[in-house]
Amino acid sequence: MAPNEQRPVSVGLFVTCLVDTQRPSVGFAAVRLLEAAGCTVSVPRQTCCGQPAFNSGDRTTTRALAEQMIAAFETFDYVVAPSGSCAGMIRTHYPELFVGEPDWMPRVERFCAKVHELVSFLADVRGVTHVTAAYDGTVTYHDSCSGLRELGIQAQPRRLLASVEGLTVAEMPDSDVCCGFGGTFCVKYPDVSNAIVEKKAANILASGADTLLAGDLGCLMNMAGKLQREGRTIRVRHVAEVLAGIGDTPPIGQPKPQSVEGRKS
Amino acid sequence: MSVHITSPQFKQNAREALADQPLQKALAKVGPGFIGKRAAAAEKLPEFEALRDSARDIKNHTLAHLDLYMERFEEKARAAGGHVHFAVDAAEARNIILGICRDLGAKTVTKGKSMISEEIGLNDHLEANGIQPVETDLGEYLIQIRGEGPSHIIAPAIHLNKEQVEADFRRVHADLPPERNLSEPTALLAEARGKLREKFLAADVGITGANFLVAETGTSIIVTNEGNGDLTQTLPKAHIVLASIEKLVPTLEDVSQLLRVLARSATGQEMSVYTTFSTGPRRAEDPDGPGDYHVVILDNGRSGMLAGQLREMLRCIRCGACMNHCPVYHAVGGHAYGWVYPGPMGSVLTPSLIGVEKGRNLPNASTFCGRCEEVCPVRIPLPKLMRHWREKEFERHLMPATQRTGLAVWSFLARRGWLYRPMTRMAMAMLALVGKSKGRFSKLPLAGGWTQYRDFPAPEGDTFQAQWAARKNVR
Amino acid sequence: MTSSRDVLFASIRTALGVSGAEAPRRQAVADRISGHPRGVIPARAELPPAGQIALFKEMVEAAAATLVHLPDASAVPAAIAAYLRARNLPLSILRGADARLANLPWQSEPALDVWIGPSDGRQLAGLSHAFGGIAESGTVVMLSGPDNPSTLNLLPDHHLVVVNAADVTGTYEEVWDRIRTLYGPGTLPRTVNWITGPSRSADIEQTLLLGAHGPRSLHVLLVGDA
Repeated sequence: MAPNEQRPVSVGLFVTCLVDTQRPSVGFAAVRLLEAAGCTVSVPRQTCCGQPAFNSGDRTTTRALAEQMIAAFETFDYVVAPSGSCAGMIRTHYPELFVGEPDWMPRVERFCAKVHELVSFLADVRGVTHVTAAYDGTVTYHDSCSGLRELGIQAQPRRLLASVEGLTVAEMPDSDVCCGFGGTFCVKYPDVSNAIVEKKAANILASGADTLLAGDLGCLMNMAGKLQREGRTIRVRHVAEVLAGIGDTPPIGQPKPQSVEGRKS
Repeated sequence: MSVHITSPQFKQNAREALADQPLQKALAKVGPGFIGKRAAAAEKLPEFEALRDSARDIKNHTLAHLDLYMERFEEKARAAGGHVHFAVDAAEARNIILGICRDLGAKTVTKGKSMISEEIGLNDHLEANGIQPVETDLGEYLIQIRGEGPSHIIAPAIHLNKEQVEADFRRVHADLPPERNLSEPTALLAEARGKLREKFLAADVGITGANFLVAETGTSIIVTNEGNGDLTQTLPKAHIVLASIEKLVPTLEDVSQLLRVLARSATGQEMSVYTTFSTGPRRAEDPDGPGDYHVVILDNGRSGMLAGQLREMLRCIRCGACMNHCPVYHAVGGHAYGWVYPGPMGSVLTPSLIGVEKGRNLPNASTFCGRCEEVCPVRIPLPKLMRHWREKEFERHLMPATQRTGLAVWSFLARRGWLYRPMTRMAMAMLALVGKSKGRFSKLPLAGGWTQYRDFPAPEGDTFQAQWAARKNVR
Repeated sequence: MTSSRDVLFASIRTALGVSGAEAPRRQAVADRISGHPRGVIPARAELPPAGQIALFKEMVEAAAATLVHLPDASAVPAAIAAYLRARNLPLSILRGADARLANLPWQSEPALDVWIGPSDGRQLAGLSHAFGGIAESGTVVMLSGPDNPSTLNLLPDHHLVVVNAADVTGTYEEVWDRIRTLYGPGTLPRTVNWITGPSRSADIEQTLLLGAHGPRSLHVLLVGDA
């Protein structure tokens, strides 16, 4: 499935702090997809790209985390994250942190050019056109804002999903409208965030799909949490899980099958 | 109309707005009403994106030479017989305008829609001094008779529904027969047209804002669909233009570039119905037009914005596209923002004009989804400028203590991977254990903001990094 | 005493880090004003004359105005009378002193009353001669003055506008150049009105309604060939 190449490329997987702590399966799905695309995957020690600090106005911490990130990952051919938000933070915003520093700038720019979101990396850089996976269901795909607007991720996940055996895509209305997560926004302004995710939940249900997918765990946790609070049975997963054919982990917010029956669809 | 500031109470304003059913009904139409029309207009013009670049460049060039273009404007407007006044702040602008009205013995003034007039609280000032201001833009008229401020910069009464308008008209137009039928918007419009026509013909002075001031010719420009601003500035004895410093553009060609993106971004029209270029007062041979022409150029804090990042905000041409596309605006409407300018542009501009202490909520109340920047006709990086205000807030310790502490604890850990990894691993193991049976939490300590409205998924168990290390040797 | 003007200019200059005397800045401003570069011009407006007329007609109608294309100016009085009759309006119209309107064969419509002067709001129909038409957006360009008083553009319920096909240009910029030729650089008539369709408002529940404060109808009488 990957194009032929002389030497396997090295990829540093930036798993992101949410996947690391909340849903490691997404990390393993990413590893599987990257290896299938001819990459040698390493996972250097890591914490966070600094986005929460950046969006809270704390430049000092952001800068420290950016330096930490660059030092940990700059030796790889590519740096890949299963998140448009984190990859976007690095690619489009890291350079802002080093403006006017000629000692840093070339290094930062070299680094940023290597950073990609997982699905767009597979499709655009590795030329992956189809995956070997099966999924029995109708999925609807939410375009997370940073991936969509900072990195132009829209067609790639849909193209790869179309190659999954047994899977049908049903678009929701306004798939490109924010889900109301917004990082710390959702806890700083819970009422407003809730009003936004309520609309999103209604649009998800209007698609008629039995599974919701997206490329960012923050948005997914927000939407899953809302749908489940409303008592909906729709399954919620990271797009990488479906593309990698990892179906043994219960959907987000569902218990493992041995304790309670998780899937009702 | 009011300059009363409730921005510090944004959260409470938002809660009230979310519970306001008529408002929510009106807001549900904002997205569908504007978004598709803008997209269609942009789609129909292959050069639209290039025009946005051009518009941005024109504004950047003008702002970098603002002092010189302002000199040129002043010179040309005076040469055409106009008077040019400069106001450093709101109070000075109010008094200049009041002075002009008094000199003319004015009793009533008609007004075209002007956001700066709202910013300086002009109507209250005129009224307090015995001059009756009449808003003539239909939306502004509706909010004036209700004693409200605008909730949108191009559709000031977008928060109202027709039943509310009917009730207001029955209350205010008490001279008309009570049995008249006002159930349809056409009837409401016809009644407003009749009432305001009398006002247009009777007014002593007409006050408008300006969409642009052209340095080349000393011209002020207003753009309307109703024709109200045009009647306001054509019929009375005097026309007063109130414009802020960033309205300057160099030439007629430059303004033509900006006009090509303005209406398309605002309402999806190719061009607004009336674009009126006014240069000086009525000429000797003219059979109509105002005898006096005044331009009041207002700073009110904007010149300071030229010095740094916020200069980019001064490119704004007030099309409203950012709020039309904003999920937060769609949820709470314009009044929740608590001052004159709502939505993303307001979230950047308001702290600049009233101070970050009072305005700090607004740049925080954004998901940074980036849709505003995506549609801005002059490509203002609105999320970046909101982040600028968050940085000022952080620097000045204006953030609530709990948020600041939370951020500090997280920062401390994230910068120390050797501590972060075992701590997150421990925490996740605990959470996974507790949440195992349900797979999620409906309540969680310290996460009330989240679990008030949503469940929180239980983590799977061990962290990815720990599992990975167990499988392979970390380099 | 320092004036507000001085304060304002000083604070702009401080913020920009300039004195205002810098020769290159002054030159840049002078060059831009004298050169008035055009920027991005939509390809749709750069058509041969016949294409421009077709586009103008299409865009006028897209803006909810109506249009008749007449072979020559002598057909204008009859077209006005026909417009008024079709709408059950009194056969009466108010116009300015424009010689192009004065010289029309009004005698061909003896029942039509033609008044001359600015509007005071009591006339149902006004007639103006446009300075030009802009194909790009279906806009008519009106210049103020005794020939075509501005009030005629705004007060009557029905605004009828004669546009010579030869005056239809693709773009706004061509109109500015024509005005510069007539009035000299840096000079405009008191009022230039660009009008694109009849008056409208969507301020009540975003329902678009025609005839807000200005004319309820805009009728273009396009005359001749390009």
